[in-house]
Amino acid sequence: MTNMNDQKIAPSFIELNARKRIFELLDNESMKELLSPFERLTSPWLEKQGIVPQFDDGVVVAKGEIDNKPVIIAAIDGSFQGGSMGEVGGAKIAGSLELAIEDNRRGIPTAAVLLLETGGVRLQEANLGLAAIAEIHSAIVELRRYQPVIALVTGPVGCFGGMSITAALCSYLLITREGRLGLNGPQVIEQEAGIREYDSRDRPFIWSITGGQQRHAIGMVDSFLDDDISFIKHSVIEHLALGIPQEFRSDAIDSSLSRLLSVDTTAQLDADITRKIMTQGVPL
Amino acid sequence: MSATITTQNLAATLKGQFWFDALTIDMVESASPVASVRIADGKLGDNLCRFIVVQPDANNLYPRARNGEVGLLEGWSIAKAVNQIILESKDEPVKKAIIAIVDVPSQAYGRREEALGIHQALAASVSAYANARLNGHPVLALLTGKAMSGAFLAHGYQANQIFALDDPAVQVHAMGKAAAARITLRTEEQLDQLASDIPPMAYDLQSYTSLGMVEKVIKLKFTDTPDTEDIDNVSKVLTDALTNIDPNDTSLSKRFNGINRAASRSVRKLLKEQWGN
Repeated sequence: MTNMNDQKIAPSFIELNARKRIFELLDNESMKELLSPFERLTSPWLEKQGIVPQFDDGVVVAKGEIDNKPVIIAAIDGSFQGGSMGEVGGAKIAGSLELAIEDNRRGIPTAAVLLLETGGVRLQEANLGLAAIAEIHSAIVELRRYQPVIALVTGPVGCFGGMSITAALCSYLLITREGRLGLNGPQVIEQEAGIREYDSRDRPFIWSITGGQQRHAIGMVDSFLDDDISFIKHSVIEHLALGIPQEFRSDAIDSSLSRLLSVDTTAQLDADITRKIMTQGVPL
Repeated sequence: MSATITTQNLAATLKGQFWFDALTIDMVESASPVASVRIADGKLGDNLCRFIVVQPDANNLYPRARNGEVGLLEGWSIAKAVNQIILESKDEPVKKAIIAIVDVPSQAYGRREEALGIHQALAASVSAYANARLNGHPVLALLTGKAMSGAFLAHGYQANQIFALDDPAVQVHAMGKAAAARITLRTEEQLDQLASDIPPMAYDLQSYTSLGMVEKVIKLKFTDTPDTEDIDNVSKVLTDALTNIDPNDTSLSKRFNGINRAASRSVRKLLKEQWGN
């Protein structure tokens, strides 16, 4: 249910679908969707596997402006195939970022905002999803040299698999309490490493490790946001205005290595121990 | 090149290590923060280059990364090895090449890994490799065994050119078969059957090459016991690649030409038409 009519409760961003999320973040009347569902550019692989495709392949991309600055914005629809990256959806994101790079080479300062609700590669398109994610990575590393690339993880799906690497490459990474961020999904870790290593049904444990609050506490995101449309929009504007960061999170090599080399791995760790490890010494 | 290394039916996870040793036999091994990431510097033909491999280390500080997985330390250590080269050749007109020997069964799956941010560690090596390529370093990947999922993203997938040995041990995929079956609610047999119809779902090299990502598949006389001629041949392919590479071609766009990548091309074409300006 939406809270729009309740004056006391802030309107929720998480409850919006992908297209509406983009609409809310962009300046009024600036939204121009690219490859809209009317193009009917669907996955060439899903129908062969008995899965009904979606006309936007679960990814909405649009050009527009935020605070009068040109942006390309992409939102993954977490409700279609778990927000998984297939060939078409992946190419929509990678291709848009590549065009934003071309804009910047020609002096048009197009920045990027990525709304990531995704389990990672769509296993039904496995290697093409993986390839598209590598291309998204490449484009982010190039575009962030010119303009901020902002990742926003609000939930409910969270951001996993190769797309968590995507988030970690961005100039700025924003998360809500309802957002989660991790490389491997809980089920996969349990499958590969056993239930004692990672109990995928123990939800409080999973959230204590990968939830937005913990990610903020250990310095792996730039901002921890309430689920409130205007609050989130304000934070995106603020981070766009910050420009290019002094050091990208992905380039903090020596501090990260020395910290990880000093961890006592004879005992298992939990959220509290993780906070101690990650907040001692040099900040990320 | 004289390979003094003898081989006896190499296990899949040792192929990366074997090829690293064989191809860098005349080079100098450089210091690395961890035993699971090895670095060697030298020349291929006239081209200065650095080889990097991830290999098993039974004493890895992180128990979930002892079988050649790319884990927390591996991600950051690869990043360090690549960044050193970027910094060293910052003012050099000819950039040193980087060659990733790829035999990575997976990323590390574990509690410590998630808690301490393995996604950030893998982003570090992705960032380093991509920066190297964008700065004009020739970056090659040689697939000698498994190239799986996040591990491949972190070690190899950002290369200008990807080469693969013609060996059934070379497999590329987004997830191991058992886990993929559980997540997609299918049996492994069903996955195999689907893969025969749907090239991006297959694990084998031939299907993967149809996607357009592989520059060249290198034939071997003896896949499990490569001899000097095999090693010299692989070395020559890599040397030729470095000699012929265009340092101004820093993008990945060559990869879009695969016969089974038509949708990736049409999406980009339509995006460009609709982009405006």
